[in-house]
Amino acid sequence: METYTLMRHFADSWGLVAMMVFFFGVVVFIFRPGARNAAHQAAFIPFDHDVIGSEKSERHAGGKPLHTFPHAARKED
Amino acid sequence: MKYTFEMIVLGVGAFLALVGAGFAQDRLFGAHMWVLFFVLLGGTILLLQRIEFRPAVAGAAPRQSEYFDEVVKYGVIATVFWGVVGFLVGVIAALQLAFPDLNVEPWFNFGRVRPLHTSAVIFAFGGNALIATSFYVVQRTSRARLFGGNLGWFVFWGYQLFIVLAATGYLLGITQSREYAEPEWYVDLWLTIVWVAYLVAFLGTILVRKEPHIYVANWFYLAFIVTIAMLHIVNNLAVPVSFFGSKSYSAFSGVQDALTQWWYGHNAVGFFLTAGFLAMMYYFIPKQVNRPVYSYRLSIIHFWALIFMYIWAGPHHLHYTALPDWAQTLGMVFSVMLWMPSWGGMINGLMTLSGAWDKVRTDPIVRMMVMSVAFYGMATFEGPMMSIKTVNSLSHYTDWTIGHVHSGALGWNGLITFGAIYYLVPKLWNRERLYSMRMVNWHFWLATLGIVVYAAVMWVAGIQQGLMWREYDDQGFLVYSFAESVAAMFPYYVLRAVGGGLFLAGALLMAFNVTMTILGRVRDEAPILGAMPVPQAAE
Repeated sequence: METYTLMRHFADSWGLVAMMVFFFGVVVFIFRPGARNAAHQAAFIPFDHDVIGSEKSERHAGGKPLHTFPHAARKED
Repeated sequence: MKYTFEMIVLGVGAFLALVGAGFAQDRLFGAHMWVLFFVLLGGTILLLQRIEFRPAVAGAAPRQSEYFDEVVKYGVIATVFWGVVGFLVGVIAALQLAFPDLNVEPWFNFGRVRPLHTSAVIFAFGGNALIATSFYVVQRTSRARLFGGNLGWFVFWGYQLFIVLAATGYLLGITQSREYAEPEWYVDLWLTIVWVAYLVAFLGTILVRKEPHIYVANWFYLAFIVTIAMLHIVNNLAVPVSFFGSKSYSAFSGVQDALTQWWYGHNAVGFFLTAGFLAMMYYFIPKQVNRPVYSYRLSIIHFWALIFMYIWAGPHHLHYTALPDWAQTLGMVFSVMLWMPSWGGMINGLMTLSGAWDKVRTDPIVRMMVMSVAFYGMATFEGPMMSIKTVNSLSHYTDWTIGHVHSGALGWNGLITFGAIYYLVPKLWNRERLYSMRMVNWHFWLATLGIVVYAAVMWVAGIQQGLMWREYDDQGFLVYSFAESVAAMFPYYVLRAVGGGLFLAGALLMAFNVTMTILGRVRDEAPILGAMPVPQAAE
C-alpha cells in the first residue's frame, strides 16, 4: 500500500482512538476522588519557594496547607 | 573568572567564520560571515578583558543553594531592549506602507523590514521574555538551581547570536521565504543547537526538582520548548546549494510545502505565542495578586485540550487553495473547537482575581495583566471566527488578519510580558519597588489605546478591502482595480502608524522605568489612588 494511504488510514482509525482515549483519560484522572485536594495543594506551589533554602516548605509542614488567604504573615523573598 | 574554554570556542568560531567568508560561494554569504566574524571577535575580546589573574576566592563559585538569577536579569534587559527595537521597526514598516517614499533601497525596503519587525517582536522580544521567565519560574516551582551550570549562559548568548544573524541576514536580503522562519539553513542549524541546550537546561531542572509536583506553568513551558523544536526542525528541512552558500531548497514542494509551512506557522502561534505566555499567566498573575490560580484542575484540562487541538488548526491558513478540501475543513473545525479551551484558560486567569478585584483599580500591574488576558479572550474568539470558510473568504489576504494578529500579539503577549517584567525587576535587583508606579499606569493606557486604535482601524480597512475585491457590477466585471483598493487604504495606514506609535511610546516609558529601577532610584510621586502605602493584610 502507498505510504500516504497507509498513514492516512492509521491516522483516522487507531491514531484517532489512541489520542481520544488519552485525552479523555486525562479528564477522568483529573476528576478522580482526591484530586481536588491534590490540585488545591499544587496551586500553592508558586508561593512556597521564593527562597531556595527552605528545606521543608510551609505546605509540607503539617501535611496540609497552612495557607488560608489572605496571607497576613507571608515571608517572601 | 578565567573563561579559558569559552574564549577558545569563540576564537575558533571567529576563525571558522573568517574561513567561511573566504570560501563564500556568493556575495551575501560572504557578507554574513564577516558579520559573524566581527561579532565573535568582539565577544572574544570582551572575555579577554574580563580575565582576573587573582587566585579564585574560596566560595566565590555559585552555590547550589542559590537560584541562578544572573541570566534572568540579562534576559529581562534583553527583552526590554529588543521590545523597543521591534516596536520601532514596526512603526517604520507601518509608515512605509502609508508613505512608500520611506522605502530606502535596497536594505530598508518593506520586504526586508517586515521580517525584521516580525522576528524582532516574536523571537527577540517574545523569545527572550520566554527564556528569562521560564528560567525564573522553573527554579522557583522546582525548588532547584537551574540545571547545567553555565548552560543558561550559553542559551542566552547563543540565542542573542541567532537574533543578530537573523536580523542582519534579512537586511542583507538572505531569506528562505518561509513566514516566521525566514533565516537560512546555517542560522537554522545554530538555533537548533541553542534550542537543544535550552531543553536540557529546562528539563534538567525539572528532573532534579525537590518539589514532587510539576507546577502547571512548567507544563506549558515544556510544551512550548518541545513543540518549537519539532516544528523548527521539520519546517526547515532543506538542502543547501553549497556549504559556503546562503541558498537552500526546501525538502518539500507544492502543496505539501505550503501545508508544512502553515503547520509550522500556526503552531508557532499556538506554542510560542500561546503556550509559553500562558505559562507566564499561570505564574505571574497568582504571584502579583497573591492568590492561587482559580481552578488548578481547569488549568490541567486547559493544557491538554489546548495542545491536542492547536496542532490541527494550521490548514485554516490555506482556505480555498490547492490543499484538499477535507484538510481545510479539518483545520476550520479544530480552530472553532479551540475556542473552548482558550476561553477556559481566560476564565481561569481572570477568576484568579476573585475576591481581589479591587487590585484592578489600585495596582496598575494587575490591571495590565487583566487587560492582557482580556485580549487573549478577544483574539481567541476572533481567530476561530475568521477560520470559518465563509468569513475567511472575506477576511483572507486583507488587513483584518493583520489587525487580528496585533490584538493578540500587542494585547496578549505584549501586556502579559510587560506585567511580568514589572513584577520581576524589583525582585531580581532587590529593590523595594519600581521607580514609578504612575509610569506603569501611563504605559498601560498608552499601550491599550494604541492597540484599540490599531485593531479598530485594521477591522475597517480589512473589511473594506475584502468588499472592494469582491464587488461585481451587473455585467459581471470587477468594479475596482487592485490599485484602487490600495489607494483607499491610505488614511487607515496613517492611523495604524499612530496606534503603533502610542504602543511604542508606552514601551519607551517602560524602558526608562526599568532602567531607573535597576539604578536604584525611586520617583517621588503620589501613590495610586486607593493603593496601600505598605504591604499589609487585605482583610
